[in-house]
Amino acid sequence: MSEHTLKPGSLPAEVLARFDRLRAERRRTTVIGLAIFALCFAAAAWVGEFSLSRIAEGAPRIHEYIVKILPELRVSQFGEDMAYWFYGLPQWLALLWETVLMAYLATLLGTLGAVLGCFFAAHNLTPNGPAYFVARRSLEVARTIPDLVYALIFVFAFGLGPLAGILAIAIHSMGASGKLFAEAAENIDMKPVEGLRAAGANWVQTMRYAVVPQVLPNFASYTLWRFELNVRTAAVLGFVGAGGIGQELITAIRMLYYEDVSALVLLIVLTVTCIDLLCEKVRHHFIGKENLA
Amino acid sequence: MLELRNLTKRFGPATAVSEVTLTIPAGQMVGVIGRSGAGKSTLLRMLNRLEDPSGGGIVFNGLSVDGLKGRELRRWRSRCAMIFQQFNLVPRLDVLTNVLLGRIAEHRTLPSLFKRFSDAERTMAMLALERLDLADKALQRADTLSGGQQQRVAIARAMMQQPELLLADEPIASLDPRSAAKVMDALRAINREDGITVICNLHTLDTARQYCDRIIAMFHGQVVFDDVPDALTRDTVRRIYGVEDDAEGFREELTSNSGWLRPGAPLAHSPALV
Ligand SMILES: Nc1ncnc2c1ncn2[C@@H]1O[C@H](COP(=O)(O)OP(=O)(O)OP(=O)(O)O)[C@@H](O)[C@H]1O
Ligand SMILES: [Mg+2]
Repeated sequence: MSEHTLKPGSLPAEVLARFDRLRAERRRTTVIGLAIFALCFAAAAWVGEFSLSRIAEGAPRIHEYIVKILPELRVSQFGEDMAYWFYGLPQWLALLWETVLMAYLATLLGTLGAVLGCFFAAHNLTPNGPAYFVARRSLEVARTIPDLVYALIFVFAFGLGPLAGILAIAIHSMGASGKLFAEAAENIDMKPVEGLRAAGANWVQTMRYAVVPQVLPNFASYTLWRFELNVRTAAVLGFVGAGGIGQELITAIRMLYYEDVSALVLLIVLTVTCIDLLCEKVRHHFIGKENLA
Repeated sequence: MLELRNLTKRFGPATAVSEVTLTIPAGQMVGVIGRSGAGKSTLLRMLNRLEDPSGGGIVFNGLSVDGLKGRELRRWRSRCAMIFQQFNLVPRLDVLTNVLLGRIAEHRTLPSLFKRFSDAERTMAMLALERLDLADKALQRADTLSGGQQQRVAIARAMMQQPELLLADEPIASLDPRSAAKVMDALRAINREDGITVICNLHTLDTARQYCDRIIAMFHGQVVFDDVPDALTRDTVRRIYGVEDDAEGFREELTSNSGWLRPGAPLAHSPALV
């Protein structure tokens, strides 16, 4: 942080005095901020039973588990060992594919909801107070309830399988993206909005032509990022029977099929990495592009 | 004919426009002057109902404008086009689309979401751009144009509304003198050739004198002068701007944004601070 100082005598005394007061005030704010930060940190460490000795004690056991789940791979019969390790590959790939599709569909649905909701939830654009209130609260509920809870509810309602997972992720995405979209919409330049209004455009037309062109690059970038997150989520929702590869993973963990665990985790990591790379490519393509809307 | 009767606008306790009564016949080019905060923008914005009047009435050829709502209100706005100091184009859209957006009020909501404009409208837009000497910029993004060009795009958009009334809120305040002249020439051409009534807020007196048939001066929300430019005497000008200096000395200051921190210039006279 830079510390401004002024030479005495260079300015009228009352200006200097006011400046000193401002500077003292800023220092006070900084000190109070740091104190609050330290307090929160201490409290969190205490509640989380975060202690270095416990970590030192437990760390070797992580190593133990990793060694346990790794298969025996011999150079002399590498191919056979690999085949043994990944014996379930066709089925696993099918499940991974299902996982990615779940994330894809859920991202589309969630983004659709977020786009529709965000114009009502942006205070500078909302058509009226009640619409703003309803949109804000719905997006809040959608994103604050954990997706695992939604998944449990939908598994109960619609049975085991990907439908429950898709709906759960879609609702959470809608809430999370909706908030970000609304924030992006609140930061737009309002002059085009006024220009469109003055030309006789109605609310929908104003959103379409004055707002969407401004926020679209933001929306696209958030949505790609949301897709990455959703693939990750889709991979664990199977833990509660909501479709995807998670079902297989939790079974392997519970039944102590150690080598299956490592094979599945490896596949998930590979998939997520591929999706990351792909999204990165698409994002760069978007950013370079003019006249998106 | 546009008639304002006791038109008033209050923002909380402050009165921005106070009991303005005016009659503006069709085809006139009117300049509105007055120092910063006098209520010029508020007056203009009430005319196309970007602001709702707090009292009084606006009547255009028998139509009572101040009570319009919904569809009727949007129809009125499309009949009375507006251009702004900051152009208010959509920066990320190309020039042609920006101009076509002048037709937006003629389109039903659903089809209009897909940029479906007719060939006739495209032709009309290109003609409007051609007239403003911008046809070769049609496919460029609006924010790649200079300020003067953007303002002329805004005028082309306004022309697409085929308005009966054109409101301009300080259209040249952020432009250099050459671009400003081009924009003012365009406005006057529209007024003379198309017979459209033009009401234009101006910061600079000489521009108002040069281009307008009639000058209306506002002071603290009230109309304090309303006559042909030649009737505007030095004394009136002093009263309007609340300055004791001789007319030559302060005009510069009012004309540009550069003068207001000039050492020695009394702060109270600087338009940007009052
Ligand atoms: N939205 C608003 N809320 C509160 N007060 C406002 C609002 N708009 C304008 N005012 C006030 O109304 C008065 C008239 O403002 P207006 O913008 O019409 O002046 P102006 O003559 O256009 O000035 P300028 O030359 O600076 O553009 C000012 O005192 C201003 O502070
Ligand atoms: Mg103004």
